Amino acid sequence: MSGIIGRKIGMTSIFSADGRNVACTLIEAGPCVVTQVKNVETDGYNAIQLGYAERKEKNTPKALKGHFKKANTTPKRKVVEFRDFRVEFEGQVNLGNSILAHEVFKEGDFLDAIGTSKGKGFQGVVKRHNFGGVGGQTHGQHNRLRAPGSIGACSFPSRVFKGMRMAGRMGGNRVKVINLKVMKLIPERNLILISGSVPGPKNSFVILEK
Amino acid sequence: MSDLIKLIEEEYKDVRANFPTFNAGDTINVHVKIKEGNKERIQQFQGTVIQRKNANSNGETFTVRKVSNGVGVERIFPILSPSIEKIELLRQGKVRRARLFYLRGRQGKAARIKEKIG
Repeated sequence: MSGIIGRKIGMTSIFSADGRNVACTLIEAGPCVVTQVKNVETDGYNAIQLGYAERKEKNTPKALKGHFKKANTTPKRKVVEFRDFRVEFEGQVNLGNSILAHEVFKEGDFLDAIGTSKGKGFQGVVKRHNFGGVGGQTHGQHNRLRAPGSIGACSFPSRVFKGMRMAGRMGGNRVKVINLKVMKLIPERNLILISGSVPGPKNSFVILEK
Repeated sequence: MSDLIKLIEEEYKDVRANFPTFNAGDTINVHVKIKEGNKERIQQFQGTVIQRKNANSNGETFTVRKVSNGVGVERIFPILSPSIEKIELLRQGKVRRARLFYLRGRQGKAARIKEKIG
């Protein structure tokens, strides 16, 4: 699997070749630095680790400083491991190499985007689990419009099953959106425009993989 | 809006430059390309602009209203849509709001808009 780390810039829309209006997300992707190369002999599997976005030296733990020094780069804020990265280019991915968006993706490619969704706070079951609510305001309903209803039987099993969908904290999870199309690449500015939406707020980190 | 998004939207500058500047209250004639099978023809839609939405973004649309056989018809066009062939500005209207929804409830003389002079 190959991929790159980026930052979400925002959304816009463009017209595709067949005249359809496509909602797109703009991502500033890369340049990423190879901070570690793992292989079968030493680690048991093949992978590379990429680093993205500058981090202040004073905010970096000493252990990490050493890690980045090995790759001969400055400290990075976001570090992600990609397993079996670009096998077709084996040998070209070495420690300290920089990887750019247009080296990994082409226009028309399909990719998956991973981000951390926006936190929604404590939400009820209607928003959090798409429950239907009660469905009517009359017939004796008073204050139970968005209530979950029954959460189980009575003296048997006399407990609530694990995993029962209830109200609680929503959002802030790692979410992957699959099969987004690369609409446009601008190599000079490290920009990549992909169809559809991507989880997370603006300026949040996004992992793009193929 | 982020500068980088402006960079992407800049690409459609030429499309915008092809059209006259028009606002709510103006009477325009929109030439729309229509595909029928593999034939393409041009249909005209003439009416009053009652609103422009999401100005200066790629998602900008405008709504044109006309009364056809006594029935009010409104069409919403994305301004960057490739199916718009041409926009003709026929008459500039003098109005005091940006959204002319009040026209929907009016007919005939009451639905007139003063012409902008000068």
